[in-house]
Amino acid sequence: MPVDHLSLPLFTALVWAGAFAAGLLGALTGLGGGVVIVPMLVLLFNVDIKYAIGASLVSVIATSSGAAAAYVKEGYSNIRIGMLLEIATTIGALAGAFLSLVVEPWVIAIIFGVVLLVSAYLSSRPRVQNLATDKPDPLAVRLKLDGTMPTPEGLRHYHVHRVPAGFALMFVAGVLSGLLGIGSGALKVLALDQAMRLPFKVSTTTSNFMIGVTAAASAGVYLARGYIDPGLAMPVLLGVLPGSLLGALILTHAPVKTLRIVFAVAIAALAVEMIYKGVTGKM
Amino acid sequence: MTDDGKMPDDTRVEQTMGNLLRTGVLLAAAVTAAGGAVYLARRWTDPTPPYQKFPLAGRPTELNSVWGVLKYALGEHGQGLIQVGVLLLIATPVARVAFSVYVFMRQRDRLYVIVTLAVLALLLFSLFSGGWLPGG
Repeated sequence: MPVDHLSLPLFTALVWAGAFAAGLLGALTGLGGGVVIVPMLVLLFNVDIKYAIGASLVSVIATSSGAAAAYVKEGYSNIRIGMLLEIATTIGALAGAFLSLVVEPWVIAIIFGVVLLVSAYLSSRPRVQNLATDKPDPLAVRLKLDGTMPTPEGLRHYHVHRVPAGFALMFVAGVLSGLLGIGSGALKVLALDQAMRLPFKVSTTTSNFMIGVTAAASAGVYLARGYIDPGLAMPVLLGVLPGSLLGALILTHAPVKTLRIVFAVAIAALAVEMIYKGVTGKM
Repeated sequence: MTDDGKMPDDTRVEQTMGNLLRTGVLLAAAVTAAGGAVYLARRWTDPTPPYQKFPLAGRPTELNSVWGVLKYALGEHGQGLIQVGVLLLIATPVARVAFSVYVFMRQRDRLYVIVTLAVLALLLFSLFSGGWLPGG
């Protein structure tokens, strides 16, 4: 689309509408708005990927903090696990943000597409709870990570496993977040669910808490390098917030299993187009 | 303190945390919207800036640092005010981490006071010195 011929108010309105849709889609798929904002701005509005990841990162912080405000009262998130792993994700995010300054835009587009494909695949798959062994893990006990969660039958105790593996995966999630301006929610949930074997609700809410902090770590670097432009950040921030709130509202009223798969396919298509654009050098 | 690391008054702590996050996001959105209104009103007939190519020519560098944004906040084109909204948004998770330092201090949990302070230090380092570092 030849966006440079659009008037500023029209461009702003279209980006706002796109961000609203991205927030909705992000909430319904559980992938977050960020993974849709970047392809939308790059593919639809022809925006330089550096401005796209800057605006996307802003949307990630907005949706994470907005959702956390709702989650926090339910008492599921494990702040100790979150904080400990935040050391890995914030260092990773700083490294990723610096990488984004030196890596060629077409390479970023290809990495983005691949990460998007993997995330769409992970989110369309049913999550399997692995409770094979539930013996306490000595390191997790020493770090006081085991916790309890409220259930209809009262408090349920859970053990945390494989802390080093979770820490390593979180570092990778941080690098990807800083490099691509996304929340890396799919990878964070994978680390918490599969490596550390937290109950679903605990890993979802803890991951969401971590996403905002991780994104804030990259935000300083992005701001300093001029990736965060007010003309794009404004409609993206104001669009993604109501979009993701509406998505969360729909989720609480109707299970959207089939829709999730349809959306995962749509997101996979965006991913392929990002890779195509990167490979053909149209960045 | 119970063995799950929660304080007896954890409901109150969680409520405070929830309110903090909600206030932060709403305040950020309100300031961004106000800045956006000024920005659009001033540039209603302008064409869209050429976002196809980074960086934009003639973009004020004040928009790229915390101190610059604060100085430029009431600049006539609304861009500074939008960036103040963005900074408020970035500050929300940072405030949450700072609040957790206080919660762990009250629990006398030295290990997690240190862990949380380390995260806070990394965040502040990025926010205030992101531009001094190599790359780009």
